[in-house]
Amino acid sequence: MRWLLGKDLLILRRSRVLVAVLVVYPIAIALLIGLALSRSPGKPKVAIANLAAPGAAVELGGSKIEVGRYYSQLFSEVQPIKVKTREEAVQKVHSGEALAAVVIPANIAAKLSSVLSQGQLEVIYNGDALQQSVVQSKIQAAVAQANLALSVQIRKLAAQGINLLLQGGDLSRLGIAQSHLLGLEQAPSVLREAIAHQPPGHVRQELLRVQELADFAARNLNISKDVLATVGQPVQVHSTLVHGRRTPLDTFAVVVAVSISLMFVCVLLAAGGIALEREDNTLARLTRGLVSREGLVVEKLLLAGGCSLVLAFAMLAGIGAFVTLDWSRIGLWLAALVAGALAFGALGVAIGALTREVRAASLLAFLLSLPLAFLALVPAGAVAPALYNVIRAISAVFPFKAALQALDAAVNGAEPAIGGSLVHLLALTLLFSVLARIGLRRA
Amino acid sequence: MSDEAVLSAKGITRRYGERVAVREVSFEVRPGELVALIGPNGAGKTTLLSVLAGVQSADEGSVGGSAQGVGWVPQQPAIYTKLTVAENLALWARLERVADPRETVRRMLEQTDLADRADEQVGRLSGGNRQRVNIAVGLLSEPAALLLDEPSASLDPIQRGRLWQFIADLAAQGTSVVFSTHNVAEAERCARRVLVLHEGRLLFDDSPQALMQAAGGGAAGDKVDFEEGFVAFLQRAAGSERSAA
Ligand SMILES: Nc1ncnc2c1ncn2[C@@H]1O[C@H](COP(=O)(O)OP(=O)(O)O)[C@@H](O)[C@H]1O
Ligand SMILES: [Mg+2]
Repeated sequence: MRWLLGKDLLILRRSRVLVAVLVVYPIAIALLIGLALSRSPGKPKVAIANLAAPGAAVELGGSKIEVGRYYSQLFSEVQPIKVKTREEAVQKVHSGEALAAVVIPANIAAKLSSVLSQGQLEVIYNGDALQQSVVQSKIQAAVAQANLALSVQIRKLAAQGINLLLQGGDLSRLGIAQSHLLGLEQAPSVLREAIAHQPPGHVRQELLRVQELADFAARNLNISKDVLATVGQPVQVHSTLVHGRRTPLDTFAVVVAVSISLMFVCVLLAAGGIALEREDNTLARLTRGLVSREGLVVEKLLLAGGCSLVLAFAMLAGIGAFVTLDWSRIGLWLAALVAGALAFGALGVAIGALTREVRAASLLAFLLSLPLAFLALVPAGAVAPALYNVIRAISAVFPFKAALQALDAAVNGAEPAIGGSLVHLLALTLLFSVLARIGLRRA
Repeated sequence: MSDEAVLSAKGITRRYGERVAVREVSFEVRPGELVALIGPNGAGKTTLLSVLAGVQSADEGSVGGSAQGVGWVPQQPAIYTKLTVAENLALWARLERVADPRETVRRMLEQTDLADRADEQVGRLSGGNRQRVNIAVGLLSEPAALLLDEPSASLDPIQRGRLWQFIADLAAQGTSVVFSTHNVAEAERCARRVLVLHEGRLLFDDSPQALMQAAGGGAAGDKVDFEEGFVAFLQRAAGSERSAA
């Protein structure tokens, strides 16, 4: 078997064009699919006119929050084009240079500081733009985000003020001359002491009422801090995923790209390798007591699995230079890649065993692999339930989906756990090896 | 002919589904014998040789042979076209587990006159040279008997002449050779024993001269054309079969 493996590697080395195609083609497909999956419709260009004075800030309790900084910083969802005036902003939208414009008015800081009125942003859209709804929702999301951040800041300041009121402290920070303020919380005990020295009578009666007020105020102001938090962010979103992937799209795209490359190289090499034995008429001579048919299946599996494993791992490592991957999970990566390579190899050998020549084998391998990959990527809910069940059944019988899940679990820690997928892949390896062995009977 | 048989077929039958390709064929081959297996296309020659070589199993009957086994040279060269001549020989020698692969390759290159083509890829060789490599691979294990399926089919007359010389030398050195052909004249010229296969049945097993007599009915010296005689023989054989049925 060692000699046969060496022979196949030698033949592979001589087939430069084939090797080039085997390397370039899957990587190209993988990158295309990866890009298509990960690329959100690019960031829209939005003109931003910040009319507030550069230093404009909301003043609350002696602290300043720079408004302009917040808003421009939080427009990370868009490609901002900075303009000076509202007219300029409108013009950018008219000319189509920007899909929308946001005007931050000059008085925004003052309005926010006044507490009584809300700040107002002006958003200008171009009604003709194709991506208008996308832009609108992006800007809304960005504004909501900015609002939230601002309200958190304002709440913090308000809470600081309340704390000062409750606990007392140094007021010099606020520019007030008196050095120390009595806190509301200490007021009742101070009052109680004063009352004790007061003879009974009208004044004492009035002082007792003041003490009650101080007690009540201290307790309720404390609660009001929590109330402020609730008002600042009335609804918090806490998301729970019940089913499906939780992997961010870009690392999922990596997994898809690597799985597709693994599949193409492995299936093609295995199918081509065994079909070449037929094409060269060597199959009969080999199985005439020199190599068992099982041995031949294993040899092609090792050949295709080994080569595709090296390529897939190199790809993963190469992409790892651009996308952050958790290298401490490398053992799991290898487990997923090896199991995937075995299953793809077995599928390839089965295809090769059923065809008479390399060309037919390659064609069949392509015809089977490509739609299988796409089927496995169809998400639940995208098609009718009955059709989805059919797709799921097909995906379960071929190795791509299981390999994808195993690699996603290994690289991204995605659900389902890797163990089930590995067992699935090994079962498929066995199934297709048996099919290959049966196919080789008609030597 | 007192030597022990190097190859024996006992009542071999091989079917493809309903069709019987080889029907109860029995014969023995002795050391150094040069045997032609003749018959029209579809007679079952390839099937019989494959069963003798162990490439296919017999449905009935058994194949016996010497410990040294038989070498097999299929009609379509069974060698790797992407490897050079020497690489092919070395690979097959190792797969055959010959004692000294290097020396065996060197000897085979010399014996088949391929030494100056050793480093050429088989896919770029002419049909004749490819056939030589094919035969060389069949001889690597130094088998007691060599089976060749239509070895001359794809060769030009000069290449054919060389091939028959090579095969005659082989037999002279003690290797038994069984080759199939549908060219009757070739069998007459090159073999010392002729097996006639027709519709899977072994109809005749004797010398070419005896076949000519059986076919032409005339004396050995008659200038009866062997090919015509053979066709007449087959017609009569088929006729007697029909009347028997
Ligand atoms: N693999 C096969 N499957 C079915 N029938 C076959 C197969 N190989 C040969 N045959 C049939 O068996 C008969 C003998 O074929 P073959 O041994 O190739 O004859 P020959 O070599 O004398 O031309 C033919 O009728 C042929 O059609
Ligand atoms: Mg034939």
